[in-house]
Amino acid sequence: MSKATVLHDDSKTTLGFWIYLMTDCVVFATLFATFAVLRNNTFGGPDGKEIFSLPYVLTETLILLVSSFTCGLALLAAKRSDARQTMLWFVATFVLGAIFLGMEINEFRNLVIEGYGWRRSAFLSSFFTLVGTHGAHITAGLLWITVMLRQIQTKGLSTHVMRRLTLLGMFWHFLDIVWIFIFTIVFLFGAMPS
Amino acid sequence: MSTTHDEHKATRSTYVIGFTLSVLLTLIAYVLVSQALLYGWALMLTLAGLAVWQLCVQLFYFLHIGSEQKPRFNTLALLFAVMVVVIVVFGTLWIMKNLDYHDMTPQETNTYIQEEEAIRR
Repeated sequence: MSKATVLHDDSKTTLGFWIYLMTDCVVFATLFATFAVLRNNTFGGPDGKEIFSLPYVLTETLILLVSSFTCGLALLAAKRSDARQTMLWFVATFVLGAIFLGMEINEFRNLVIEGYGWRRSAFLSSFFTLVGTHGAHITAGLLWITVMLRQIQTKGLSTHVMRRLTLLGMFWHFLDIVWIFIFTIVFLFGAMPS
Repeated sequence: MSTTHDEHKATRSTYVIGFTLSVLLTLIAYVLVSQALLYGWALMLTLAGLAVWQLCVQLFYFLHIGSEQKPRFNTLALLFAVMVVVIVVFGTLWIMKNLDYHDMTPQETNTYIQEEEAIRR
């Protein structure tokens, strides 16, 4: 391809999607800012140190990280036009993502049962909003993986399917990056000895 | 582009390197907190540094930022987003901290100043 400034159609699509991801960054930035402001406003309720279990969150983090890795391997397989391997790695990504989501929902459920739901304090409201928004993105990603698995089955690794897989990969890696900051700012900062 | 035309740059080894580095950085951050190896601001800054480091690792090895052909629209969009994020987050913290400060009772102001200046009561 020439080095001209004319962008190929496909690269326009990835650039457009990339810009969407950047705006999503801004959405998360506002939620992070809200959380950072409200994290000490516990209104007599528990603070992060009392309710977060670090080993549990570390497990979630590592599972999501592995899923980001398997997603990358799926894309590499797709580039080799190996549909079987692509589907295998995407299934692995889906399973890991589903385990992550299940662990998160379980954590939310336990908090609510103990009476530490989003109504308890401003800290918990902002916590549920930030982490819940990430969870909603993961849910969308899981749906997307399901749709793509079906498309690989029916259409094979056509140009269109390849383009969608590339975007899916960007989305999934992006969600892992957002989680690094949730892990650090919400959970590690929250558990810091003070 | 980030992932379509420079795909030859994404190989199994770049993913393995990115993954290994990410796991290491996560574990270091975790051990620093769980073993209480650092305290206060030093710990906070170290953790923030590790997170930003991992951000760069994943951007480079997973999303292949910076290896696209010129013009680097992806990198430009990223830099703009970083600027907006920094303004939103630090601007919010600054304004809210300032608001908090001016909303204190005289007693609270006293306590705050004593704590900030490390004056023993």
